[in-house]
Amino acid sequence: MSTLDQQLPNSADDMNPFAEVDFFDLEKSLRRPRTLMSVLLSGLVTVMTLLALGPLFSVVWMLFWRGGRKLSIAVFTQLPPSALEAGGGFGNAIAGTLIMIVIATLITVPVGVLSAVFLAKAKPEDKLAQAVRFAAKVLTGFPSILAGVFAYGAIVLLTGGFSAIAGSVAVSILMLPTILLTAEDAIRMVPVKMVEAAIGMGATETQTAWMVLLPTALPGILTGVMLAIARGAGETAPLLFTSLFSNYWPATNGHLNLMQPTASLAVLIYNFAGMPFENQVELAWAAALVLVLLVLITNLAGQALSSRQVR
Amino acid sequence: MSLAGESNGAGVGAAPAREKTSPESEVVIDCHIRELYYGTFKAVRDTTIPIVKKSITAFIGPSGCGKSTVLRCLNRMNDLVRGFRFEGHVKYGGQDIYLPSVDPVAVRRYIGMVFQQPNPFATSIFNNVAFGLRLNGYKGDVGERVEQALKQAGLWEEVKDKLHKSGLSLSGGQQQRLCIARAIATQPGVLLMDEPCSALDPVATRKIEELMLELKKRYTIAIVTHNLHQAQRVADRTGFLYVDTTQGGRTGYLVEFGESAQIFGDPQEKHTKEYIRGEFS
Repeated sequence: MSTLDQQLPNSADDMNPFAEVDFFDLEKSLRRPRTLMSVLLSGLVTVMTLLALGPLFSVVWMLFWRGGRKLSIAVFTQLPPSALEAGGGFGNAIAGTLIMIVIATLITVPVGVLSAVFLAKAKPEDKLAQAVRFAAKVLTGFPSILAGVFAYGAIVLLTGGFSAIAGSVAVSILMLPTILLTAEDAIRMVPVKMVEAAIGMGATETQTAWMVLLPTALPGILTGVMLAIARGAGETAPLLFTSLFSNYWPATNGHLNLMQPTASLAVLIYNFAGMPFENQVELAWAAALVLVLLVLITNLAGQALSSRQVR
Repeated sequence: MSLAGESNGAGVGAAPAREKTSPESEVVIDCHIRELYYGTFKAVRDTTIPIVKKSITAFIGPSGCGKSTVLRCLNRMNDLVRGFRFEGHVKYGGQDIYLPSVDPVAVRRYIGMVFQQPNPFATSIFNNVAFGLRLNGYKGDVGERVEQALKQAGLWEEVKDKLHKSGLSLSGGQQQRLCIARAIATQPGVLLMDEPCSALDPVATRKIEELMLELKKRYTIAIVTHNLHQAQRVADRTGFLYVDTTQGGRTGYLVEFGESAQIFGDPQEKHTKEYIRGEFS
């Protein structure tokens, strides 16, 4: 009050809207509509959050409960069992998934990140850039089965057989838009003043991109790559047309063959989950858990990498 | 190949060709802007400013008078602005940097710049200062040059134990001195400073001003400032720019240029007098 008094001239005292405060009006009470509304809405928000978390947690819980039981060293090292055989594992499917993800990442990261530089900085208003951006946005919602059909037509028919390469291409089509768009965003977020600083130092456009834009945008780019890998690793539909499945290791006698049908976790889960054999169903659960853990580890690694960047 | 050697060499080598023989008043940049457009907007006209070696030249004037635009002409930063068009010449050591044969990227390596907002890169303090050296593929001892630049920028004592820390972890004033260190690490011929203190508090501002007076012994400096007292404190010569609204647009032009003592003590033009007396801003 004293500060108010000091600020207001004496003559204006009676015009002070704070002079007469009804303290009853300030009291909190459920009988007041605004308080009631606030309490109800807070409750609603909590209930909805719990509803959303319910399925999420039950899936994770089921996964750990049913998949965890079967988890052992054997599932990582052994080949899938045949119909009534006991034991076995899915080592070849883990290897196949890893191989295809690595190849798909090697295809998409250079293409995606460099086109993102083009979209974000080199020619952002260019017709080509607008077309690419539009295509990428459409592709983010692209049904994954179509990516498989495309790779089937483009690679499988051309090379005459199902292969890890065809699977990688199919997965990279699904990964590309995510990497491209998140990298473009990350590069756009690099403050203009940093770009100005580089150019003011006499950096060429290429040097600016390599030495300032990409390192500064790296955490964002990595996040996009991890998201894309997480999506790509879990895709089944595109692999059914392209890498198919195999009961054998992708490498024979230490020689990796990328041009033969290759197992993957996603297709193994798809195959085994529908089988009438207890052992196979349990292996499918274990494979699902391993796939989720793989994605989780990738995500954590990405976060660790990006937080190592100096801020 | 030493960048510094070349830039100094260019300045010294061009000197005998100029009429001014005294080494004290050797013109490093001879800037004459007849007309400067951004698209159809005429931003600056009729402005001639000589930048003299190892001195501080200040550009003052009301907002929108084009003083930053003029400064950015001197290292072709305006080339980044779409629709930028320039008539006139900017001669650096006698060489017109706006000739079609001149590479603006190379120009900026000789004429460094410090911006209004401190803009260190999101990397370590060391890498920030080493940036220009790496751009130029500097073969010598990078660590030594970084230390030297940080010392000259008066930042060494504060950061010598945390060179690997991010440049962004420093305070605003320290960041600006880091940017100065980054700019002088390549020992440029001229240092352009675009309102380097406007984002800083008075204490940091005072430090930068002291630094400028120190840097003047080695470098040629051109500075844009909103702060008249700053120009008065640090600048040897001052140019006053003003906005001409008579021809419909808002075109800036040079009203008066001279020794700071004369501009602030005995301004000749009516606009300068009014501005310095604070009758408008």
